[in-house]
Amino acid sequence: MGNRTPLYDTHLAMGAKLVDFAGWDMPIHYGSQIEEHHSVRRDAGMFDVSHMTVVDLIGEQARPFLRHLLANNIDKLQQRGKALYSCLLNARGGVIDDLIVYFLEESWFRLVVNSSTRDKDLAWIGAEARAFDIDVVEQPQLAMIAVQGPEARAKTLSVLDESWREAVSGLGLFFASEHDDWFIARTGYTGEDGFEIMLPDTDAVKFWMALSEAGVRPCGLGCRDTLRLEAGMNLYGTDMDESVSPLVSGLGWTVGWEPETRDFIGRAALESERKTGPKQKFVGLLLEDKGVLRNHQKVLVNGAAAGEITSGSFSPTLGRSIALARVSADIGDSCQVEIRGKLLAARVVRPPFVRNGKPQIELN
Amino acid sequence: MGELPGDLKYSKSHEWVRINDDATLTIGITDHAQDQLGDMVYVEVPEAGRELKAQEAFAVVESVKAASDVYTPVAGTVLEGNEALADTPEAVNQDAFGAGWLMKIKPVSLDALNELMDAAAYQEYIDSE
Repeated sequence: MGNRTPLYDTHLAMGAKLVDFAGWDMPIHYGSQIEEHHSVRRDAGMFDVSHMTVVDLIGEQARPFLRHLLANNIDKLQQRGKALYSCLLNARGGVIDDLIVYFLEESWFRLVVNSSTRDKDLAWIGAEARAFDIDVVEQPQLAMIAVQGPEARAKTLSVLDESWREAVSGLGLFFASEHDDWFIARTGYTGEDGFEIMLPDTDAVKFWMALSEAGVRPCGLGCRDTLRLEAGMNLYGTDMDESVSPLVSGLGWTVGWEPETRDFIGRAALESERKTGPKQKFVGLLLEDKGVLRNHQKVLVNGAAAGEITSGSFSPTLGRSIALARVSADIGDSCQVEIRGKLLAARVVRPPFVRNGKPQIELN
Repeated sequence: MGELPGDLKYSKSHEWVRINDDATLTIGITDHAQDQLGDMVYVEVPEAGRELKAQEAFAVVESVKAASDVYTPVAGTVLEGNEALADTPEAVNQDAFGAGWLMKIKPVSLDALNELMDAAAYQEYIDSE
């Protein structure tokens, strides 16, 4: 038996098919992954993501610590509640994890990291924190529900306690607000507007049922993956890991190079990789033929090896197969992908594939 | 999922076989199998004339989740693949025992069918899985 979120029994009652995900029994879908996907693109869907790891950094030195710890520059966060996406790098520039950090107070920053990397993240952050006067405090009592889609905000606001509905309705993109142990952020992992809500585990079932009654459809982790792939968002462990740097993972934009004086972990390795020029780059692929792109399929150009798919699937919004791939830096506009011994034509495109319900690439 | 058709034979790898009046066979995957795999997005069926050995992979069904091989319980020559599934893979989800059929085959012999389960035995088999 795996770990269970506070919504485990609710998922079963709602007809979820459960699978193991990083040691947790999580819903993969509640009947149809494709229908759930469309609900998020067209209306509103909700995901139980309580398995994710929430870590608070408490203390006056939280900001100096994050300047050292994160590849992105924490000093981009000057307004309370603002969020930042960043990689956590090792000294070789390899990606230990990707995370979101929220600035709540000068002595309180909140990190959300992946559950599959929880143990190594906590060990790494704990070890690095020893040189700083801060406390690293995991918050396992928090459940997390992501509500995503064009109607997600309106439907969530309709069930929120009146005392802070106004504060939440005024949240800008990538901002969060906290109130009575609840924490609501206008962030997500689907390419749609919406909220990610952290709340005490004892409140989770009541809130989930209220959202359901407001017309928010329960969605499994299956469509969370096809939604994030369409949105061109990386998945840790699949699209990048400790063997590759952000520069060959489509994440160069998240590296805070300025100011040059900020000596974050991994900086020297990234500087030298940048100087020589990365030999690979991270691109999107659109399959021109029928079939489905999958993780680890080989990418070829004129019959010669040119890289590998890191995440591939079927895009329900486009009705075509799409992928993220790590390929030679000199790849052109087209390539082939080897699927069961056959070479199928694919077009090289720039992600995202879909944003806010709309295709972002020409389908020809 | 509804009741299993009583006129079909079933394999442990979740294929069904219908014996047609002309002694040809129609083969597909069971409703249980499609339910386990999830929403179908691509189906690859064999071309007519292909010679198949027993237990050989003859089709690939791809759901959003994964690609799965489908195995023929019986050796023979492919008469027809269900080409309509190229445009309507969801037929395998919606009508696994009907419009979702995968191929018609002329069997070398019908003996291998004796190894397969009837509806009651297959029901017991999936309940115990």
